[in-house]
Amino acid sequence: MASKKESTFAHMVVTLFLVALIAALALGSVYVVTKKPIALAKKKKQEAAIKAVLPAFDKITVKKFPDADGVDSLQFNIAFRNGKMIGVAVNTYTNKGFGGRIEAMVGLLDDGTIYNTSVLSLKETPGLGTKLEKKKSNFPDQFIGKNPATFKLKVKKDGGNVDAITAATISSRAFCDALQRAYDTFEKEKDKLK
Amino acid sequence: MNHIQNFTKGFIKENPVFVLLLGMCPTLGTTTSSINGLGMGLATAFVLTMSNLVVSLVKNQIPDKVRIPSFIVIIATFVTIVELLMQAFTPTLFYQLGLFIPLIVVNCIVLGRAEAFASKNTVGSSVLDGFGMGLGFAFALTILGSVRELLGSGAIFGIHLMKGDMMLVFVLAPGAFIALGYIIAIINKLNKTA
Repeated sequence: MASKKESTFAHMVVTLFLVALIAALALGSVYVVTKKPIALAKKKKQEAAIKAVLPAFDKITVKKFPDADGVDSLQFNIAFRNGKMIGVAVNTYTNKGFGGRIEAMVGLLDDGTIYNTSVLSLKETPGLGTKLEKKKSNFPDQFIGKNPATFKLKVKKDGGNVDAITAATISSRAFCDALQRAYDTFEKEKDKLK
Repeated sequence: MNHIQNFTKGFIKENPVFVLLLGMCPTLGTTTSSINGLGMGLATAFVLTMSNLVVSLVKNQIPDKVRIPSFIVIIATFVTIVELLMQAFTPTLFYQLGLFIPLIVVNCIVLGRAEAFASKNTVGSSVLDGFGMGLGFAFALTILGSVRELLGSGAIFGIHLMKGDMMLVFVLAPGAFIALGYIIAIINKLNKTA
């Protein structure tokens, strides 16, 4: 067994330099290799989410609009069929979740009716707030086919029309906030969509 | 100690979670379901094996005074590689485990094995040690995840065995402590009689 290198200043500097250099090279190459699959996976997720919340379409154009309170911007994925605008899938969000930011995709038809919704990411309490997700409960089903112009996007406790998830009122409120944000922005910008 | 013992000690006798009680943060945080536990465990096992391999290869080139920073850089490199690979090829699992993947860097099992075993032993036994410990960790996380998923949501690996709401507390943080405590008690009992 070879003896250990002594801890002289030169040895230490050279060793750390080499370790860092090799690590950087390794990371660089892995990054290059995985860059495409990562972008692809993200794109797929986005596309699947758009498909899930809108009726069949053949073309998508993407536009960004500042949201109603002007803090952030929302991505509008405008769907066309045979050259006619049929609806918009809005990448919306709320910061009012129990665990912070919730991102969702909302499909709005051209008159503002909610076609379908889907949660993209959340950090809510497992088993309670995570029921916002479609496969975990039927909470999101109540929004299908409702127009926010007549359907008040607030939980019943706050005088709205939404049945909150038991023991997850904050999460339910947050989800309504995300939908409202998408709808308000849609109403404000709808002339620019076609 | 022979090779087989180097490999098998990680499962029960020196199980990193149940006996050594190392790496509690990811253990308690990610085991809300069996699949999350397994994914986290396997990611850690990969990092542990690779870092043990590299650390034992370079142990004589690294002066003692800079060994900890060098080990950390090596570990961090492998963690980032795992992170990129998971993001590219298992995006769903990656988003569920979220913050805990980069946190493998500071998992004390990984640095602990590098410092206590790989920096003193041959390459072969270090790899076996890392792999065995890693699988032991994955095994422990899967067990804990399964217990919590079964008691909390009546399912194992996402397959529902029982209908309706179960003891929700097991999916939440306090349930992690309760379940872990009972499993450790059982393992201690087994180790005593064996």
